[in-house]
Amino acid sequence: MLIDPYIQQILVTIGIGIILAQGLNIITGLTGQLSLGHAAFMSIGAFSGALLTIKAGLPFPLVVLAGGMTAAVAAVLVGWPILRLTGDYLAICTLGFAEIVKVVFLNLDITNRAFGLTVPPPATSVPLPLTVLASALLVSLASQSIRCSRFGRALMAIRDDEIAAAAAGIDVARHKVRAFGVSAFMAGVGGCLYAHVLGYINPSDFGFLKSVDMLAMVVLGGLGSVPGAVLGAAFLGAAPELLRFMASYRMLVYGAMLVALMVFRPDGLLGGINLWDFALRRLGRTSQRTRGEN
Amino acid sequence: MFLQQLINGVALGSTYALIALGYTMVYGIIALINFAHGEIFMAGAFVGLLLAGVFKLNLFLAMAGAMVFSMALGVGVEFIAYRPLRNSSRLSALISAIGVSLFLSTLAMLLFGANARGFPANAFPSRQIQILGAEVSTLQLLIIATSACLMLALELIVKRTRTGKAMRAASEDYTAAALMGINVNFIVSFTFALGSALAAAGGVLVGVLFNSVSFNMGLNAGIKAFAAAVLGGIGSIPGAVLGGLLLGITEVTGVALGYSSWRDAIAFVILVLVLLVRPSGLLGQKMQKKV
Repeated sequence: MLIDPYIQQILVTIGIGIILAQGLNIITGLTGQLSLGHAAFMSIGAFSGALLTIKAGLPFPLVVLAGGMTAAVAAVLVGWPILRLTGDYLAICTLGFAEIVKVVFLNLDITNRAFGLTVPPPATSVPLPLTVLASALLVSLASQSIRCSRFGRALMAIRDDEIAAAAAGIDVARHKVRAFGVSAFMAGVGGCLYAHVLGYINPSDFGFLKSVDMLAMVVLGGLGSVPGAVLGAAFLGAAPELLRFMASYRMLVYGAMLVALMVFRPDGLLGGINLWDFALRRLGRTSQRTRGEN
Repeated sequence: MFLQQLINGVALGSTYALIALGYTMVYGIIALINFAHGEIFMAGAFVGLLLAGVFKLNLFLAMAGAMVFSMALGVGVEFIAYRPLRNSSRLSALISAIGVSLFLSTLAMLLFGANARGFPANAFPSRQIQILGAEVSTLQLLIIATSACLMLALELIVKRTRTGKAMRAASEDYTAAALMGINVNFIVSFTFALGSALAAAGGVLVGVLFNSVSFNMGLNAGIKAFAAAVLGGIGSIPGAVLGGLLLGITEVTGVALGYSSWRDAIAFVILVLVLLVRPSGLLGQKMQKKV
């Protein structure tokens, strides 16, 4: 690649962030179900992918898909019982699930306990940064098409009013579990890429703070907005690097910045803004689409 | 043996309960998961440590000082980071809380360094005593007694005073309470002050119990205490106490049975199982669906 390795590394971090943010956006942004444990699905994707590379030596695209699928299957299995909880009870249950996954991986031999796994570079001819950015693009496009599909509209209906959605003939439980599965799939893909980019994973990396990172990206960009998730991931991916000159005051400023951003733009950077409408209005045409779709 | 573990569990559990009370009271009134609460607990522990270590104050005076400091901190955090977001989405307030939490823990790391610090040995000279064949340290008894007194005081404030009555009204129906002439902003500040004072007391007690105070102690304790609050039914004050004690006892029992590396998962397994059977916690009120 022709780009400076440092910039390249930041771009890869942002790319993985975008994949994770799009995943969380589907369950939390579109469906309105707060998940505080998405790091668990990232962890499951990372470890299953890493093990497939180490033990089976599968081709890399297969490994990534398998990582995502494993996370999705786990999400569906967990989702059936816990998605009937609402609001903060669901949030704490997902948080609990993530802590349990972390402790289980810390105690399993196959995940090498607390020592973590060293992941060999994947068997592929395409450079890894390119794969990550391409996947980020694909996931964002998939996310946007889900949002505009019948399924996506059903999810937004559930978010806005569960009872009304059920009355309109939407199978609420089934849609929630499906959304959770899709969401976990993306988290798993992100985790799998993360494992291969970093070359080393440890169960403790996927703790509560990781889930919080993802949530911050989604909320900062604007809940439910696909370009918002990209922007949030890009912003939070770049911010620690841009603030690096402040050395140890970095996280201090970062925390204060989160507060300030929320106080001045509570709906996120792109919350309540429909980019398509905005572009049309700029071109001097009146929008054909209904307002307030965001 | 059983009594021994029970006392260990109650001592640990009552510190969880002290922190959980803050979560549950704030949640009861403004439905916010105050993620910065763990850092308030940590700040309390540090102030207690400073007062006991540098200014050589008696442990109880140090604890009182820590409680006053944390009260001011809690009220300040609410004023700066949560009040402007009162009418926006709950997730925005949550992110703001996470920002505060990052800010405070980094600040503590910059001020006090990354290493854990211990209380001076003479802060509370602990002895082992025998009660019905169980080895109990006076420190554990101190923790249990202090927590019990604080909880009793809270109960009196909430149930017997005019402000407490206003708190209960605001948690029943925030808007209606405001319409009845209750100064809800004052009530929210008061709730943060109460919760933060309890967390600070918990922080000092935990700091003495484990003889370690560090900038990142708030995160884990915060998550566990939050789990305790949800276990008991978030918004319910007796629920937070029950949840805290239950978590403390199960954790200690689990460790005693030899599952110490599973320690952090035990609390959450119990929590998930309870929520599956009782979706709004042990003592939580069942929420009615409104159309």
